[in-house]
Amino acid sequence: MTFKVVVDRDLCQDHGQCVFAAPDVFQLDDDGALVVLLDEADDALRSSVEDAADVCPVQAISIRD
Amino acid sequence: MTACQRVLVVGAGLGGLRVAESLRSNGFAGDLVVAGDEPWAPYNRPPLSKEALAGGVAHEQLAFRQRSSAADVEWRLGDPAVSVDLADRTAELERSGTLEWDALVVATGVAARRLPVAGPVPSPASGRHVVRTLDDASGLRPELLPGRRIVILGAGFIGCEVASTAVAHGCTVTCVALDPEPMVRPLGTVLGAELRRRHEEHGVEFRLGTGVAALHGDPRVSAVELADGSAVDCDLVVEALGSVPSTGLLDGQGLDLDDGVLADGALRPLRGGQPLDGVAVVGDVARIPNPRFGDGAWRVEHWSIPTDTGRRAGAVLAAHLAGTGYDDLVQAPWSFLPAFWSDQYDIRLQSYGMPGLADPDGIRILEGDLSDEVVVGYHRGEELVGVVGLGMLKQVNAYRDRVGSPPS
Repeated sequence: MTFKVVVDRDLCQDHGQCVFAAPDVFQLDDDGALVVLLDEADDALRSSVEDAADVCPVQAISIRD
Repeated sequence: MTACQRVLVVGAGLGGLRVAESLRSNGFAGDLVVAGDEPWAPYNRPPLSKEALAGGVAHEQLAFRQRSSAADVEWRLGDPAVSVDLADRTAELERSGTLEWDALVVATGVAARRLPVAGPVPSPASGRHVVRTLDDASGLRPELLPGRRIVILGAGFIGCEVASTAVAHGCTVTCVALDPEPMVRPLGTVLGAELRRRHEEHGVEFRLGTGVAALHGDPRVSAVELADGSAVDCDLVVEALGSVPSTGLLDGQGLDLDDGVLADGALRPLRGGQPLDGVAVVGDVARIPNPRFGDGAWRVEHWSIPTDTGRRAGAVLAAHLAGTGYDDLVQAPWSFLPAFWSDQYDIRLQSYGMPGLADPDGIRILEGDLSDEVVVGYHRGEELVGVVGLGMLKQVNAYRDRVGSPPS
């Protein structure tokens, strides 16, 4: 099973807290802007992406099945 | 575990939400009731002094997304607990009456501190505002009009964020505080002075090192009299004087309620030094140990705390109610890394750790330029206890895992 990682770019302010929670999915580039490495992720990453969604200060991350 | 067990969470903010989600993800399948005083489902508070205050306050934009695992939580909103009995394991909710519980979570949070001086009755109608709840921000928002004279009482993060937002709306802002610099307690004088310089550049006037003697005006506030006898004329005041932990529910039951509810590393409140099983304290009402920063217990109002403590408390209570794995879980070492951010003008401030624990002479610039973008390190002896960046997020983040004594 996989799920979709959705980042609302209108909300995202590049806080980068998701990077600590799910480094396989989120990264900051050299300018400090968020890069989503996987638009679709395996269930093994679900828990870490849920954590990333929890710690996003602007609640820009969601998961879609 | 039996399905008829019930967990009652008092407080329906972020901590209440996270503990409910954690109870479910840790296998608790019984009744889960979350009771709160506000009419709103859990929402994100930091924007209330920032973008929501600037652009409009709407619950649908601030509400937390809720995990599907917590879809069957029974929310009693606008129905706060008015009393709790730890011996009988009951609570009295304001509207729905007596409720029995098998486990209790205290997630009552904090309330905005009011200025204890003579003056008009505290209310938006008298021009006396606080910024703690969505309704507070909704009341303040329409008052931020060009030319309005606002006095902000207190120069902490909320006060400075409101100052930034109000200036952007064309208001004339004076900030009055006892402290020598804004945000001085968490950040120290070096960064505090630099942030003051930036606020002054945007037109904020500071009256620091002085208290308030009285508020004048009837029925609306029209002037703030300072302790030195001078007065500042105003159209409204914002009281940003920090907060008071909401512990009244637990009065008289033997708990240590001196600055929040003292609890152990499993978030169990202590009575006579002994933890109470089946009760947990989460969020910024909890005063708890954090071995990452040595011995002690602290109440931390950072945004990350409700999530960290809610997850831990949910796991502990689920194990207690299931009767499996509890002893190992409560004895397992647990620590957390406080984190918060602040937006003022075009500045993003990001903090990790507990910079307030630093020695007075332990604050040093690690990278960058104080007048532009900078990373400041906060040291207790040789130990890095906090790191704060103005801008330079990538660089600040690189220090994060070195703050305190990270778990190995």
